[in-house]
Amino acid sequence: MTAKIAYDEVEVGTELPAQSFPVTRATLVRYAGASGDFNPIHWNEKFAVEVGLPDVIAHGMFTMAEAIRVVTDWAGDPAAVVEYGVRFTKPVVVPNDDQGALIEVSAKVAAKLDDRRVRVDITAMSAGQKVLGMSRAVVELA
Amino acid sequence: MALDQSFVGRTYPPTAAYEVGREKIREFAEAIGDANPAYTDTDAAKALGHSDVIAPPTFVFAITFKAAGAVIEDPQLGLDYSRVVHGDQKFTYTRPVRAGDRLSVTSTIEAIKSLAGNDILDIRGEVHDASGEHVVTAWTKLVSRAPEGA
Repeated sequence: MTAKIAYDEVEVGTELPAQSFPVTRATLVRYAGASGDFNPIHWNEKFAVEVGLPDVIAHGMFTMAEAIRVVTDWAGDPAAVVEYGVRFTKPVVVPNDDQGALIEVSAKVAAKLDDRRVRVDITAMSAGQKVLGMSRAVVELA
Repeated sequence: MALDQSFVGRTYPPTAAYEVGREKIREFAEAIGDANPAYTDTDAAKALGHSDVIAPPTFVFAITFKAAGAVIEDPQLGLDYSRVVHGDQKFTYTRPVRAGDRLSVTSTIEAIKSLAGNDILDIRGEVHDASGEHVVTAWTKLVSRAPEGA
């Protein structure tokens, strides 16, 4: 494990570089194949509406995968993430158009822990709504 | 109908080993649009101190969730999967998942709660490699929504 960020160089409140991740229907089809999650709410609009959703929604695990990229890109070595948890609070609705949806992710150091570890709190938004709650990672720094 | 509390603490037998393929890791990394070379380039992974390419942090969910199927589809438990949504997800890592790993999952029902007619099920999946070393633990909270009018 070789994080490129030094523990001594971060403070509580240090912001990680924010990123935005576009999601289209094609993204979801590809993710379904790669992850093996073929639940039709992630690709079949008719089915999604029938079960009470506004439209096709992104896999929660897709959003979780995107959100941690802000942390792994910052840390350099993805293995620096020793703990990662989220609550799925709102779905990311993905319309069938050229735009799709956008997941906007920001993160900041919330606490300095023992053993050169920090807790990073992550905020993930889509269409102005928080789509993840209690989204936190523990990261082991250099 | 509320789930049977006596299932709390029940552990299911370890799954047959899942072999982590480097091309499966690449496929997953491409699907999430993540170009981090640690996922696809052995030399880049080695430069970070890993013996082979590693998987993105959430990759292992496909394996632990499949293993959780033993719980979800347990006819004795009687969960209505058509009403289930994913509530929370958490991972703690001893080390990253790597290409070539042969991973086995042991699933345990950690908690069963009933809240406003919803059944809430917490499943813990302990992931070990072929040598028995702990790799990652996954906690999955599933919420089975109460039927309308119930």
